[in-house]
Amino acid sequence: MTDVLTPVLSDSWDADRPWRLETYESSGGYDALDKVLGMAPAAVVDLVKDSGLRGRGGAGFPTGMKWGFIPQDPDKAGGEKPKYLVVNADESEPGTCKDIPLMMADPHLLVEGVIISSYAIRANHAFIYVRGEVLHVVRRLQHAVREAHRAGHLGLDIHGSGYDLEITVHAGAGAYICGEETALLDSLEGRRGQPRLRPPFPAVAGLYAAPTVINNVETIASVVPIVRHGAEWFAGMGTEKSKGMTLYSLSGHVQRPGQFEAPLGITLRELLELAGGVRGGHHLKFWTPGGSSTPILTAEHLDVPLDYEGVGAAGSMLGTKALQIFDETTCVVRAVLRWTEFYKHESCGKCTPCREGTWWLVQTLARLEQGQGSEEDLETLLDQCDNILGRAFCALGDGATAPITSSIQYFRDEYLDHLAHGGCPFDPAASTVFAAESVPAGASA
Amino acid sequence: MTEPTAQDSGIGGQTMRELREIVARYPQPRSALLPMLHLVQSVEGRVTSRGIEACAQILGLSAAEVSGVATFYTMYKRRPVGDYHVGVCTNTLCAVMGGDEIFELLKEHLDVGNDETTPADPDDGAGKTITLEHVECNAACDYAPVMTVNWEFMDNMTPSSAVVLVDELRAGSPVQSTRGPRVCSWREAERVLAGFPDDRADEGPAAGPATLLGLQIARERGWAAPGRERSRQPYDRRSTDRRRSGGDDSSSSSSKEQATSAAGTSGAEADVVVDESPAERKGGGGST
Repeated sequence: MTDVLTPVLSDSWDADRPWRLETYESSGGYDALDKVLGMAPAAVVDLVKDSGLRGRGGAGFPTGMKWGFIPQDPDKAGGEKPKYLVVNADESEPGTCKDIPLMMADPHLLVEGVIISSYAIRANHAFIYVRGEVLHVVRRLQHAVREAHRAGHLGLDIHGSGYDLEITVHAGAGAYICGEETALLDSLEGRRGQPRLRPPFPAVAGLYAAPTVINNVETIASVVPIVRHGAEWFAGMGTEKSKGMTLYSLSGHVQRPGQFEAPLGITLRELLELAGGVRGGHHLKFWTPGGSSTPILTAEHLDVPLDYEGVGAAGSMLGTKALQIFDETTCVVRAVLRWTEFYKHESCGKCTPCREGTWWLVQTLARLEQGQGSEEDLETLLDQCDNILGRAFCALGDGATAPITSSIQYFRDEYLDHLAHGGCPFDPAASTVFAAESVPAGASA
Repeated sequence: MTEPTAQDSGIGGQTMRELREIVARYPQPRSALLPMLHLVQSVEGRVTSRGIEACAQILGLSAAEVSGVATFYTMYKRRPVGDYHVGVCTNTLCAVMGGDEIFELLKEHLDVGNDETTPADPDDGAGKTITLEHVECNAACDYAPVMTVNWEFMDNMTPSSAVVLVDELRAGSPVQSTRGPRVCSWREAERVLAGFPDDRADEGPAAGPATLLGLQIARERGWAAPGRERSRQPYDRRSTDRRRSGGDDSSSSSSKEQATSAAGTSGAEADVVVDESPAERKGGGGST
């Protein structure tokens, strides 16, 4: 029987200075690399396929399959070109806060994962595209890459294997859209971060029009323990189609927010118990399973298995497993308006449905939030969403509709209350952490 | 322009060499543009016309092409940034948890609007300037409400701790990130983002208390992934030392106390909930 929490990626985080090479190596760090360098690259791809690892950045695409799309036959399109691995470390989805602490505490786990993954797809240059707004994480990554270089884990003829790899740590400059993989590639090529038309897919024509794998930080980090312990070990955790352990991030109105590494399929009820429950004297109102782009859920979904299938069946998406918890003091209209303003701000402007649509969504929502407009505006909102969802160039537009349609589904009356009340009926002060501070000390323990 | 030498270091030979050094890191030159613009900001205090022209010249692009990129990204500033860039997250979760109140209070306290900079100290020049901006989700939601100083984390903020923070920054007092080093200047931060590391990677903790919460519970209950129960040596020292505010300087605040108390009591709290642990209730959660 697997334990409730299964720290693997997070296992080193409480060590003394775990970001240092000596700490990492003292617990078996870079041993997996040796193992891999003795294998054929295709065998590494097969190992990851067998593990059932799926992308941890939100979409859940099978990682080994993605790697298998890279053309290695020089006679096939792209096969003759250099291959690239790009790590998506642009963690920006509202609510998502798992990759940043991972890279802060244990950057060598990511670096070793990058080397192994690059070897598997036969890349000689890899990039870690990290968002610019996390300065200390950038430092720790730069430091880890330098240390790995000096120790011979990077550079020419790694561990005497004849395999060469360089890693470039590349800081972004503030653009949510660059978390979209093709926008990330344009950004990495020194352009405005706007998504590309697919096909061609990055596996065939990605960075510099060459075959490219783009994977999330947690995905790449997960490859290391898979190599260490085997595909069966990894597949022994989780559920039938959602294998392995993963990082769940609880934030918001919980007693103790934080990171929890558990097998896929744990429920919010279980995680909330570990977090001490919703903050004292309050109860769960709504939550996101995987960031603001995943439709919100309510207390009726507490027992939904948090795996790709379970959350999908509940009408949402597992996403990044960013569980943002909001209690009954939170106005859902205010929450949704703020997310919508975010999408409007971050829309790259490339396609009309998203650029114009998110602007109109904000106008309509803002009026409703101020208690103006009429019930018809709800239909207008849903119609606007209908004209964005599936019609935008990339998933940003789709994501913008998720909080709106789901909140109208579960909290239609609350929108109407704003109209009846002539404004927001909630006291924003009641939802702050400072409000909780005024509760007697014993109540929060 | 009372102090032209300090403010106008400009794009000299050294900077041009470093811009070319960035280009050499990439298989194709244009990939260097984002870090190059970070470097421009570190020497110019913003993205200037001559910075744009320098990038364009080196990369063989038009100034319009470089400008088109610079204006796309929110971290690139066309107006001079102060000694410190102070960010307040007002995305939904932080806003609800108190970020909105903090941002409103700081605007009032500093007498600036969003993305505006406090005036330089007219008296002695010792006072530091602050650019205040509301920022989007900065991937630290388990520490909400979150602020940043030059893109270093300031976790678990309150209105009072936010005011203390900006006052200390303005006074030029040393300020410690909750999960990072002693904060440097905005220009120094931009230089690191350009790929020229400083020597601060070893400063600051590995993690804050929220980051370690699940791990701590697993340790207390003896939970581990299969086969990993003895895979790592038990560590003697756990990095619960968050070294906020350099330990004992006066920037201690209610947020510090809050963070400390969260770390100090979480063990006891874990014991309280052990009776209702999912393991006992459901036997292994959702795993197969």
